[in-house]
Amino acid sequence: MGILLIHILNALLYASVLFLIAGGLSLIYGVMRIVNLAHGNLYAIGAYVTAWVVGQWLVGAPTVVLYLLIPAGALAAAATGAIIEPTLLRPFYKRAEEYQLLVTFGLLMILEDVVRFIWGPYPLSASVLWSELGSIAIGDALYPTYNLLVIAVGGLAAAFLWMFVYRTRFGVVLRAASQDMRMAAALGINVNRVYVQAFTLGCFMAGLGGAIIVPSQSAVLGMSVDALILAFIVVVIGGLGSLEGALVGALVVGVVREAGIALFPEIELAILYLIAAIVLLVRPAGLFGRTA
Amino acid sequence: MTAAVLSGEGRSPVKVVASAAPVVVLLWVLPYVLAPYKTLLLTYGLVMAIAALGFNLLLGYTGLLSFGHSAFFGVGAYAVAFMVKYLDLTSMELFIVGATVASAFVTALFGLVCVRYTRIFFSILTLALSQVLWSLAFKFFWVTGGTDGLRVPTPRLLGRAVAASEDKTTFLVHAYYSYVLVVFLACVALMWVIVNSPFGKALQAIRDNETRAEFVGVQIWRYRWIAFMVSGVFTGLAGALWVPLNGLTTPDILYWPFSGEIVFMAVLGGFRTFSGPIVGAIVFNYLKTYAVGFTVYWQLLLGVILVTLVLALPTGITGTAGQLLARLRRAA
Repeated sequence: MGILLIHILNALLYASVLFLIAGGLSLIYGVMRIVNLAHGNLYAIGAYVTAWVVGQWLVGAPTVVLYLLIPAGALAAAATGAIIEPTLLRPFYKRAEEYQLLVTFGLLMILEDVVRFIWGPYPLSASVLWSELGSIAIGDALYPTYNLLVIAVGGLAAAFLWMFVYRTRFGVVLRAASQDMRMAAALGINVNRVYVQAFTLGCFMAGLGGAIIVPSQSAVLGMSVDALILAFIVVVIGGLGSLEGALVGALVVGVVREAGIALFPEIELAILYLIAAIVLLVRPAGLFGRTA
Repeated sequence: MTAAVLSGEGRSPVKVVASAAPVVVLLWVLPYVLAPYKTLLLTYGLVMAIAALGFNLLLGYTGLLSFGHSAFFGVGAYAVAFMVKYLDLTSMELFIVGATVASAFVTALFGLVCVRYTRIFFSILTLALSQVLWSLAFKFFWVTGGTDGLRVPTPRLLGRAVAASEDKTTFLVHAYYSYVLVVFLACVALMWVIVNSPFGKALQAIRDNETRAEFVGVQIWRYRWIAFMVSGVFTGLAGALWVPLNGLTTPDILYWPFSGEIVFMAVLGGFRTFSGPIVGAIVFNYLKTYAVGFTVYWQLLLGVILVTLVLALPTGITGTAGQLLARLRRAA
């Protein structure tokens, strides 16, 4: 019983982080119709900044302060996004999708090396936050308490995002712009501003994903590409541009990964891709996607 | 019109052959002039040019951006490695046949799924499917060697192995280079025929206007599927030629950033022209080699080049050169 619960918690842990990354990717696509190949790098930036603040810059500071500084990575990722969108992406909205993919692929290469340049090739750790909380007993097994915190943050993020998109004025504007950008512009909405806000929010989510998970893992080079691929699977399953889809997709991927690691480790990734391919065949726009 | 200057589109076959002849002669004598290392780089460039040429049948002529061509390149490479490991084969001709059959099979399968979509969904789907192969190659290490990869010794070319008197480098630089050059020229000629055939014209019609093409009677789905297969087989063939050169195949060539490199090549050279991907592949190969030797931050350098290219020179090297030529001609 305890073991099963731990498996479920692990699946939720994966799903929380994946939802943050894929939700951001999906939000950006939903509003701007851009698939950002550099999205994984913003997740990595979130992880690196938090690991650097907590593990190096302020090492030895009171733990409460350190916990409060976890979102630093998310803010850094958001700031990066706020710079990238107007400078690099804006010139591409009117051009073919191929060019958008290419420019974000170039961005991926650039950001990958910028991270390596700033923080060096070695892993960065913020494990003090993880070990400080100790673990709790579940059945006759021990489970790290910090992981529960991550799950809580993932759930809260999903709830806040839902409120934000469906219960605020900004959310209405966002949804209007995503449904029909020209119409929204004609009605007096500053679409450029909506775009930069949406992109920043998407990057903030990816950064938060990285920041919240880094204490239990480490920030390493290459984490961005791995995360991007998993986020792709999530949005393909859930439907590109849909937040509910990202949530369901993240849960599916989280459960399959956890089950896969325990039961069929060799083909765990292949199964995930196959699920994604099957979903695309049956429902081309994903489970919750709108057909264009 | 400007693009036609370098693409040679609309010119008679005789003229095309005549204008290509000096390049062929140059490629033929280069190994006697260049240092062996430079010739090796050129060999890599020619191999990648075949892959990029195949890739561009989809992007340039059919209007589909594949982010999964690493899969076909990898299938070609791993097909050769398996033939070495499990069948003890050493003949390059058999490798080529095996890789062609294997990549035709995989592309036919992938194509059935992928060509139902266009635009961004096509890109993501090709990417996802290519990663299935990557994860299999990565995880089934007892079959594929995992991250250690599989070694491939120097093959026999038309029955001729490395002579006892010559070292491997000499063999690669002369015998293997000539072999690759011949295959490369055959591929270029074949692709030229394909894109100028009614089939190729139909693909371009689909690219330019799907609805009209359908009204004219083009079976879009089937044409795309065949284009997908042809494209993948060219890339698989490149993978087969690449392995003996590299001596080793690892899952890296199945990983999607490698697909990104193939896309990069086509864009660098200019995907709107026939010769663009060829130029792009050769230039990219030099560019990457020197960038890697020059700085550990070579990715940054290449990324900046890619972004600048897409922002400022979307027609690539050949497109820009064509425009410059046309301007010069007008001025004269």
